[in-house]
Amino acid sequence: MEVTLKIQRFDPEKDRKPYYREYVVDVEPTDRVLDALHLIKWYQDGTLTFRRSCAHGVCGSDTMRINGRNQLACKALIKDLGSYITVEPMLGFPIIKDLVVDLEPFFEKYRAIRPYLINNDPPPVTERLQSPEQRARFDDTTKCILCAACTTACPPFWANGRWLGPAALVNAHRFIFDSRDQGAQERLNIINSNEGVWRCRTVFNCTDACPRGIKVTEAIEQLKRALLVRRT
Amino acid sequence: MIHRYDAVIVGAGGAGLMAALNVAPYASVAVLSKLYPVRSHTGAAQGGIGAALGNLEEDHWEWHMFDTVKGGDYLVDQNAAEVMCRDAIEAVYFLEHMGLPFDRTPEGKILQRRFGGHTRNYGEAPVRRACHAADRTGHMILQTLYQQCIRHHVQFFNEFQVLDLLIKDGRAAGVVAYEIRTGEIHVFHARAVLFATGGFGRVYKITSNAHALTGDGLAVAYRRGIPLEDMEFFQFHPTGIYKLGILISEAARGEGGILLNRYGERFMERYAPTLKDLAPRDVVSRCMYQEVREGRGIDGKDYLHLDLRHLGREVIETKLPDVTDFIRTYLGLDPVTDLVPVQPTAHYGMGGIPTDVDGRVIIDDWKTPIHGFYAAGECACVSVHGANRLGTNSLVDIIVFGRRAGQHIVRFLRENPDWPDLPGDAAEPAQAELNRILTGSGGESIAEIRRLLQEYMMDLAGVVRDEGRLLTMRRHLEELRDRYHRATIQDKSKQFNTDLVEAWELGCMLDVSEAIVESALARKESRGAHYREDFPQRDDVNYLVHTLAYRCGGPGKVEIKYKPVIITKFKPKERVY
Repeated sequence: MEVTLKIQRFDPEKDRKPYYREYVVDVEPTDRVLDALHLIKWYQDGTLTFRRSCAHGVCGSDTMRINGRNQLACKALIKDLGSYITVEPMLGFPIIKDLVVDLEPFFEKYRAIRPYLINNDPPPVTERLQSPEQRARFDDTTKCILCAACTTACPPFWANGRWLGPAALVNAHRFIFDSRDQGAQERLNIINSNEGVWRCRTVFNCTDACPRGIKVTEAIEQLKRALLVRRT
Repeated sequence: MIHRYDAVIVGAGGAGLMAALNVAPYASVAVLSKLYPVRSHTGAAQGGIGAALGNLEEDHWEWHMFDTVKGGDYLVDQNAAEVMCRDAIEAVYFLEHMGLPFDRTPEGKILQRRFGGHTRNYGEAPVRRACHAADRTGHMILQTLYQQCIRHHVQFFNEFQVLDLLIKDGRAAGVVAYEIRTGEIHVFHARAVLFATGGFGRVYKITSNAHALTGDGLAVAYRRGIPLEDMEFFQFHPTGIYKLGILISEAARGEGGILLNRYGERFMERYAPTLKDLAPRDVVSRCMYQEVREGRGIDGKDYLHLDLRHLGREVIETKLPDVTDFIRTYLGLDPVTDLVPVQPTAHYGMGGIPTDVDGRVIIDDWKTPIHGFYAAGECACVSVHGANRLGTNSLVDIIVFGRRAGQHIVRFLRENPDWPDLPGDAAEPAQAELNRILTGSGGESIAEIRRLLQEYMMDLAGVVRDEGRLLTMRRHLEELRDRYHRATIQDKSKQFNTDLVEAWELGCMLDVSEAIVESALARKESRGAHYREDFPQRDDVNYLVHTLAYRCGGPGKVEIKYKPVIITKFKPKERVY
């Protein structure tokens, strides 16, 4: 089928501001938006620039706004989008070129929540034990691929770039609720800050945007409750 | 721009990160990745990491070693397999201590499941050896190691494409890299260099591999005169999603899934009566090819069915959640109620840059090293996978040998405190190649050349080969290379020029394909993943040896040499499952 992609373009060496350009490609309904972008790049306009790698939704490279919604281009199928598809970069980070944005601020927030297991006891000879129930408590948030779809779909983030954002909180949750971790209080202090968890307005955009199906808003609510419990 | 680090690691998948963690406490280390580290393809590994923990039933590393050797059709260097299978146990515990969220047994231990070719008591029956976190084990490994690198302040250079390896007087002196964002060339002067650049599955049309897997590290080393070992052995995974190649983990069969032909027959019972659908991948892929060729593909076409329905919704959705998501997303089918169309997909290169068990690159039969140059992971050939890798052993490989390479680098740096000289005009050859691509005016299309390469390689150097096909492929490569030199790219800009990067990558794919084809032509036998219809038997008299492919002079000029296989515990036997 023939589809038109209206793509936001920006070349830092030529353009003063972003503009839109339309491309017509012939694709199968079951093709991915990534396939359409490749057809354009490979056979029409080699200057079209985007990130991608695994092409099946696990590496998190190709997050972009497709028909106004944050999605991975490799998980968005043409048949679900119609024949006129708008493709734009994620909101809230500086655009480097076309659909490529600067992710350094995103990873800075991730690093801020101390995203690694903190356990100062000497490890046993074999594994640390953890029951299936303890493991299940943080299962959902282990799925995060750091694609930034949740953070850049978040209205409080659009309004305030300093706010930690959902992705960093998801990763804080992944460790705070891990029975093997001893850094929970430290991380709870971090997310209790001005730019921390309380800026969440429970809009659920993050949950809608997550390509891994993580219940992001619920995870953030669990963090808020953990902070309240600690205070009482 | 020139940077100086004691060690430079190229690649930020499991092997590179593991090495970095081992070097970082003792020396300055830079990790270069053409992506962001968490985008590395380690993250796509699904089913598990094999280690004889024996958490659910009796198991021993010797059994794991035997399975690895037999799975590799006896082309495995057994000293290396012994190191890997012994160290695997400790490696898994290390990952757990670093925070990896493995699935758990009711007692709280690491949960293990069955996987292809992994058996108890030297081949008796399948054994539960694959330690896993649902079907996202690789994702958890990549995340865990990256997290630890953050903790240890490892210095990353993200979106830096390696272009060249610098060697001075037989010693590695650093690398040249291209900063994608700015278009600047950087020279990394180093006392030790590790390549952990991953695989090259993108040379084939149907592949489970990421777009980034274009064999860059192998090609760069190969152009610098370093041989590539056992390149004719490329694994096709039996269960790629039809037409897309997206991987459906072997865990699907480990949990009880079966393969069916058009008559609903579980055909693997005929070919491998003991292990059936859990026979090693080369065997299953070849059987699928045979079924299709004899007209038993679904509707007579080139695919078969994977049946998971009898596992039930609970098992499918909790043990195989990602696989279930892939099937629902890309096929619009539900594995709970539908049969899943699958075909073999190019998955893993057993061959690569030859190394010893400490990751040192060894360039011949006499253990001659390139001092200070290391390789680990899929880009390396230790050889622990021989002619066919067992499922889960890629993750074992990256952890065990990534760590050993890192540890050896630390020792090397201590013993060699001097700095190698940088070659004069270190960046010149790399810069010249980029300029050549940028100014090319012959009008040929990179995308078209790549498409043809991938199609030809699939048909002519894939699951089944013979001399005629391979000679045809050799001619195609000549022609494609010629066209490559007349290619024109559209994007001439400096910043984030992925058009240029893709063109440069295609050069790597052509070189790697050359090594595959020439190695496959020279090996006149069938062993593991290398199946020659014109020589269908294994020939231990003439070919129980590793291939070394050297580029001599220029493109297309390849010299093939051999080196012996190291055999310790297990004498080669006929391989039946």
